[in-house]
Amino acid sequence: MPDSVGLELLAQDLAARAGADAVLATVYFRDRATVIVEPYTIVPVLEQLREKGYGALMSVHGVDYYPEEPRLGVHYELLDMNAVDRVTVKLRVTLDNPHVPSVTPNWPTANFQEREIYDMFGVIFDGHPDLRRILMPEDYEGHPQRRDFPVGGEPVLFTIDESEGTAYTQ
Amino acid sequence: MSTDVTPTPSDYRAMEESTTLAPLERLGSDDMDHELLTLNMGPHHPATHGVLRLLVTLEGEVVRDLKPIIGYVHTGIEKTAEDKSYWKAIPVVERMDYLAYYFNAYAFCGATETLLELEVPPRAQYLRVIHMELNRIMSHLVWLGTSALDLGAMSMFWYCFRDRELILDLFEQSSGARMHTRYIQIGGVAEDIPRGWEAKLREFTSQMPTRADQYNDLLANNEIVLQRLRGVCPLAEEELLKLGVTGPLLRAAGNPWDLRKAQPYSSYDHFDFNIPVGTEGDNWDRFAVRVAEIYESVKIIEQAMDGLPEGRTITDDRKVALPPRHELATSMEALIHHFKLVTEGFRVPPGEVYFPIEGPRGEYGCFVRSDGSSKPARVHMRDPSFVNLQATAPMTEGSYIADLIATLAMLDPVLGGIDR
Repeated sequence: MPDSVGLELLAQDLAARAGADAVLATVYFRDRATVIVEPYTIVPVLEQLREKGYGALMSVHGVDYYPEEPRLGVHYELLDMNAVDRVTVKLRVTLDNPHVPSVTPNWPTANFQEREIYDMFGVIFDGHPDLRRILMPEDYEGHPQRRDFPVGGEPVLFTIDESEGTAYTQ
Repeated sequence: MSTDVTPTPSDYRAMEESTTLAPLERLGSDDMDHELLTLNMGPHHPATHGVLRLLVTLEGEVVRDLKPIIGYVHTGIEKTAEDKSYWKAIPVVERMDYLAYYFNAYAFCGATETLLELEVPPRAQYLRVIHMELNRIMSHLVWLGTSALDLGAMSMFWYCFRDRELILDLFEQSSGARMHTRYIQIGGVAEDIPRGWEAKLREFTSQMPTRADQYNDLLANNEIVLQRLRGVCPLAEEELLKLGVTGPLLRAAGNPWDLRKAQPYSSYDHFDFNIPVGTEGDNWDRFAVRVAEIYESVKIIEQAMDGLPEGRTITDDRKVALPPRHELATSMEALIHHFKLVTEGFRVPPGEVYFPIEGPRGEYGCFVRSDGSSKPARVHMRDPSFVNLQATAPMTEGSYIADLIATLAMLDPVLGGIDR
């Protein structure tokens, strides 16, 4: 992990290269370095970090910060295999405008993971080659990992109800 | 009896003799050779190691395109975990990748311990290592048995499951359950190992290398296995890294990335072990790396058992770990702690932590977000099977459909982990 000083230097460098307003904040928590960035700059930010050696994108996952605003978060866990160093890049988008540029063209590993975030939280990844639901059925309504989505009470589709159409979801 | 074998003339015989082996006259357009067939495999298919569905586009027998379709065993474990207090989330998290329950539990507990800034006693760390390495052998044995089954070797399955039973017996003895043991707890492990467990473990570790030798003799010199695996469906290291592939698949391609060595956790730096790597990144290397890992895991278990420190098996922080049973009868304070932990659970300082560990299939990374309450606000498992599955298409494109089955077996996907 870069230490807290290294993180600040990294953030300054990112701001200089990927746009002055790219970096919103840095967090150093439990020896883990995090850079919080503007959503629209995520592609150049990750490219800059790749040039610095963070060549592997290990995980992309979504978070719902309800009731905080902006609600939805997307986290990118980057790894430098040579220096054995990790850094996390986070961004936040609102429910009204849940658009994030897709990093799948540059990082093929993000393909399934961005689809999962779209499925579970409703974040729309612009430029994703195949943005469909991945774990939930294709005709499912709603994004179940959101915090205001209730647990339980899920209607179960039995074969006998199939003739009823989609009424079972109401 | 007549020895004359000249067939009696008949209409049928005449028709048979008129048949030539020349290519049939082509029907329709000249493009017949390029006709593509899209075939659905699964979700209930014995060779998919679970409810995995593949849409395969074939040209003759050659795979031209492949799309994995998943979600058939999605049970919303991440959502369920948000509704439980931290220590009650361990059983559901364990059920994600059902062949790597100690790893799931440890990734989750490790993330929570980082949030709590909790020290784990050395004895608990060693016990965790012993159980995780037993789990790794168990997972590799299931993989070896089922993969050999896919290649047509029936008896390997029984041999591997016989040895897997020995490990499950050990799990049962130390925790009371064969699978989903709930042994790893936040702050340590649930209980110390019982009397007689060490002897049973030693018996297992002394015979496991011999057994692995026998499996190697059965498979590694087998002409069919060699032809099915060697040089089949390789993928270069750069491609694997782009796809985020970790674990034995990446090591088979020559990259020695292993979190146990690179970022040691839970005292892994105390043990002397090697990381097997391959050279070609083909199915044979994937096979050989996993078999070699069994020997290394045995080495780690023996060292951990030799050097098992004395002391507590769970943290003495009463705000996190349950008080010992005997104190409940005499100490009011212990009773209050017990009551608070069982009803509300403990509160975790707000924050977000991603905790990666090396499992049998690659990097298990647990992301836990705490909002300061006694329930996690978000639990996410970066499951290696889920990420590695994306490599199936680039590995198998242009190969035969029979090799697709072998490659899928060598990929070792666990659908419980993929769908969570």
